[in-house]
Amino acid sequence: MSRSEQTEESEVISAIPIVWRGTWKRFYPPLLSIVLALSIGAALLIISGRDPLKAYLGLFFGAFGTFDRFVETLVKATPLLIVALSVSISFRCQVWNIGAGGQFLLGAIAATWCALNLSWLPSWLLILLCPLAGIAGGALWGGIAGLLKGYLQANEVITTTMLNYIAIYLLAYLVRGPMMDPSGVIFPQSALLPDALQLTHLIPGTRLNITLIIALLCTVLVLLFWRSKYGLQTEIVGASRRVAEHSGLNVNRTFLLVTMISGGLAGLSGWGDVFALHYRLIEEIARGYGNLGIVVALLGELHPIGMIISAFLFAALVVGGNAMERNAGVPFALVDVIQGVVILLVLARSYLFQQRRRSL
Amino acid sequence: MNAGLVSMSLIVGLIAASIRLAAPILLTAIGEIFTERSGILNLGLEGIMLMGALSGFLVAYLSNSLWLGILASMLTGMLFGLLMGFMSITARVNQVVAGIGITILGGGLSTLLFRLYFGLRTEPPTLSPFPALRIPLLSEIPFLGPTLFNHNVMVYLSMALVPVSWIILYRTNFGLAVRAVGEKPKAADTRGISIAFIRYASVIIGGALAGIGGAFLPLGYLGIFWTHMTAGRGFIAVAVVIFSRWDPARALLGALIFGGAMALQLALQTLNVPIPSEWLQMLPFVITILALISISRRAEFPGAFTIPYKRGEF
Repeated sequence: MSRSEQTEESEVISAIPIVWRGTWKRFYPPLLSIVLALSIGAALLIISGRDPLKAYLGLFFGAFGTFDRFVETLVKATPLLIVALSVSISFRCQVWNIGAGGQFLLGAIAATWCALNLSWLPSWLLILLCPLAGIAGGALWGGIAGLLKGYLQANEVITTTMLNYIAIYLLAYLVRGPMMDPSGVIFPQSALLPDALQLTHLIPGTRLNITLIIALLCTVLVLLFWRSKYGLQTEIVGASRRVAEHSGLNVNRTFLLVTMISGGLAGLSGWGDVFALHYRLIEEIARGYGNLGIVVALLGELHPIGMIISAFLFAALVVGGNAMERNAGVPFALVDVIQGVVILLVLARSYLFQQRRRSL
Repeated sequence: MNAGLVSMSLIVGLIAASIRLAAPILLTAIGEIFTERSGILNLGLEGIMLMGALSGFLVAYLSNSLWLGILASMLTGMLFGLLMGFMSITARVNQVVAGIGITILGGGLSTLLFRLYFGLRTEPPTLSPFPALRIPLLSEIPFLGPTLFNHNVMVYLSMALVPVSWIILYRTNFGLAVRAVGEKPKAADTRGISIAFIRYASVIIGGALAGIGGAFLPLGYLGIFWTHMTAGRGFIAVAVVIFSRWDPARALLGALIFGGAMALQLALQTLNVPIPSEWLQMLPFVITILALISISRRAEFPGAFTIPYKRGEF
């Protein structure tokens, strides 16, 4: 009893927003990482004869220039936050699930399939069923890697990468085959979702939608997860497999649980992308979300509140990066470079910035 | 009779293509064997291969010399190997996450540099890759000649690397040091072997070979570069290394299985078999998972695998 009270207390502390404790010390390494990564990007632009100021101004105004752009940044932050939450659950268990992209796709496929094939159900039921199908699709895809890791000791980095590629080809097959739009247009996409299932936009003229609220709800749920028995179990398995085994925890089942929760969250975000933004299955959904989720999670130090901040930051980079490509002619790949540099800097922060922090 | 001839030439083509497609994975996997034998897991191979492909293509395109391209890809790979070495040996961070970071960095940087240099074009820049080098006499042998002795020089060099790396690993002091550092770093340290030096050397060798492996794609047979052209080969190479249980000869077998899967997939597509092409394209990735689970329970990882070394720790 007292033990559980104790852990609850310590978890409450870690649930306090990062602003409140250790303030500047905690804030500045991630911030410094971003600034350094942007500087490296600027150096690359200068070397290749581009104007970094023009590029970054284009990026900034693309993300925050008008109210509509700002809202679009919020729209982009939504899937990034959910995918980052997904990644953080695995990573805190030392399960290196990099398959969020594939799990996202499976979620999108499962949810769309239900919407298009179960239309005889009452629509209120279908509205509830589709996100659940998304969660199930993602959980299945994640669970495969969890099973393989636990019971067959197959390295999850490789299996999840392979499952990402398999999901991409599965989607490519479905939108050209069984799920192709039957309206006669020869284009790789599914039929449009029924009107009743399309999530409405909260502010007319923008794409802001209810999934933002769902993402924040998920954040709260993840915070509660870390305070629960299962969260504790997950972190013990992550900290030391041996300790977990000696204290009688079922490690393999924990791996399965963790990858299924991870996959379920990514799948939910796949549902959101189809039902709130595209209204149909297309091949372009989820481009880069898997990697972005990892970066957002690591920059947010795998903490739900930290990830809200970093999701917003990287959403701005993505939205602004697209504007920068259109207006300043600087390739979007610059944002990918910044992602890679941020990961390396966040990892090496305790070495580079001489800070003692929990190592990953 | 005619049908027999067709299927014969088909089989010859299939085997030759398997060998050609196995070569870039083999190069990368042999490099990774050195890296992992010294105790480091480099999951950044995908990114390093992409950087090797980009730098090899760019330099070969500008200088009109394929060999300069190979040199450039090797140096780029060494640089990225050094980066991975810094992260894992000096900064002592989590190697899995560092590898993911390097993969994202390499993918982004190769795309960015290509786009910055060539811009958006309707016609992609091309070059003519290494031509096939028919070995005199040997290439005249029926069946064996066209399958084994009618490849470009990079294929022969990657095959030659199998015995060479085996000898280095098992018959030289350096190889002994690599294995000792990966198995029992403390014992190696006591014997006066510099752990950091051996590990840096191993991860840089791994980077160099991954760079060349990546450059094989544009310079060895495709003649063009496109973004993310390695399509998971870096990760497949890691799977091959585990499958090979860190032995260069078995890595050749593993690479041939994947080369075979890719070649079969391409051949079936051109034959118009009634299987959707997307299912065929999944094949190499499914086989990777199957190969991994077939071996993982039996695989004995190097003793100090992914554990950074520090004197005074156990």
